[in-house]
Amino acid sequence: MGWMYYGLIYLFFILNERLYALANYKTQLPMTLSHAFFAIIRRDLVLALRRRAEIANPLLFFVLVITLFPLGIGAQPHLLQAIASGIIWVSALLAAMLSLDSLFRSDFDDGCLEQILLSPHPASILVLGKIIAHWLVTGLPLLIVAPLLAVFLGMPNHAIGVLLLTLLIGTPVLSLIGAIGVALTVGLRRGGMILSLLVLPLYVPVLIFASNAVDMASSGLPIHAQINILISILIMSLVLAPWPTAAALKMSIN
Amino acid sequence: MTTHLLQGMALSCIRDDRVLFSDLNFRLQSGQILLLEGKNGSGKTSLLRILCGFREPDAGEVCWSNEAINDGSYYADMAYVGHLDGIKKELTVLENLKVALALGVAGQYSISDALKKVHLQGYDDVLVQVLSAGQKRRLSLARLLITHNILWILDEPFTSLDKQGIALIESLMMEHCAGGGMIVLTSHHDITLHGVDVLRINLSILHSE
Repeated sequence: MGWMYYGLIYLFFILNERLYALANYKTQLPMTLSHAFFAIIRRDLVLALRRRAEIANPLLFFVLVITLFPLGIGAQPHLLQAIASGIIWVSALLAAMLSLDSLFRSDFDDGCLEQILLSPHPASILVLGKIIAHWLVTGLPLLIVAPLLAVFLGMPNHAIGVLLLTLLIGTPVLSLIGAIGVALTVGLRRGGMILSLLVLPLYVPVLIFASNAVDMASSGLPIHAQINILISILIMSLVLAPWPTAAALKMSIN
Repeated sequence: MTTHLLQGMALSCIRDDRVLFSDLNFRLQSGQILLLEGKNGSGKTSLLRILCGFREPDAGEVCWSNEAINDGSYYADMAYVGHLDGIKKELTVLENLKVALALGVAGQYSISDALKKVHLQGYDDVLVQVLSAGQKRRLSLARLLITHNILWILDEPFTSLDKQGIALIESLMMEHCAGGGMIVLTSHHDITLHGVDVLRINLSILHSE
């Protein structure tokens, strides 16, 4: 079923582009949505490379929090093993929260956000590009270090694959839902507190289903239901989150 | 080619219970410049932001070629340079302009021609953070040249430019108007534009009436 939805999104892209080409046949000039979309992603990736602290910060936080747990709990490997999935997912959630503010902050401060919203292309698609770039920079690195940390906490081998799968599906949701919250609070000077209050409750379903899936996998139980629900949450937020984000950004720059 | 028309109809703007302007009307046609004057806080920037669609007017409507501006065709025809430069200081000059080009529609000038026009040739691979304030301003104005647009909305375009810079921008503005473009701007400097029809609205006077 999931593939059908992806197909639809892809079709939507192609169609949009054709419509744009049609609408602008008078000008005879190239103006493609996908060009703008990928330019935004490329720009944000280059920016992240030039400000490496932005990538390192959430990742370091993720690693530090997880390594502190065994020290706090003491020599109880079974307890640690039992709560490993919870520790990793809560840390991922907090790391995502920590990285959220950087999503629109610098663009808001230097006026690039105004330029993005003034573009003739639909703002929601450009915003989606920014969110994807943000996930590549802050979410994907968590996936890369997570197996190591899972071994460190004594998670059984067969559960590590499931952990990775839930992170792969779940962290983009964190970026997508978080983007709505950041867009609403980017205009406020100290929006950090409100942002956590806005966004954390919406993160809870992801946390519940993802850590539950990993727990079930550790006990050797089937996890189809949880994974399907996570995928549906991802698809829903992928389709529905960019619109309110773009609308909220328009409000914020006012 | 269709002629374009920017119309403000009975616009008013209220900020913090203070009426900045009300019942403001204007018609701007191709080749004309609208210069907004007035004291600090008289609502010049607010009016520009209304024209950009960032802010809803408290009454009235802005129309572009007889259609309300909340419509795709308006944004393909306009460009805005505000107080904030809208350029990334961690990117090079060339990278900034490439992004600007991707976000808009390709215009009259190529990137290298536009850089020559604003006297920034040879700065392609320089990071924007090492440019001076005036060079940054010229770079943000180069954005106007590389994308297709008819209406320029400029908020204090002469800030931090030297005499040559001001003359340069004035000549670009005259060229733009001669090519059928139109400009709305605010400025504290006296602008000298030859052969261009300049409409003036003084928001301070409007308010005191």
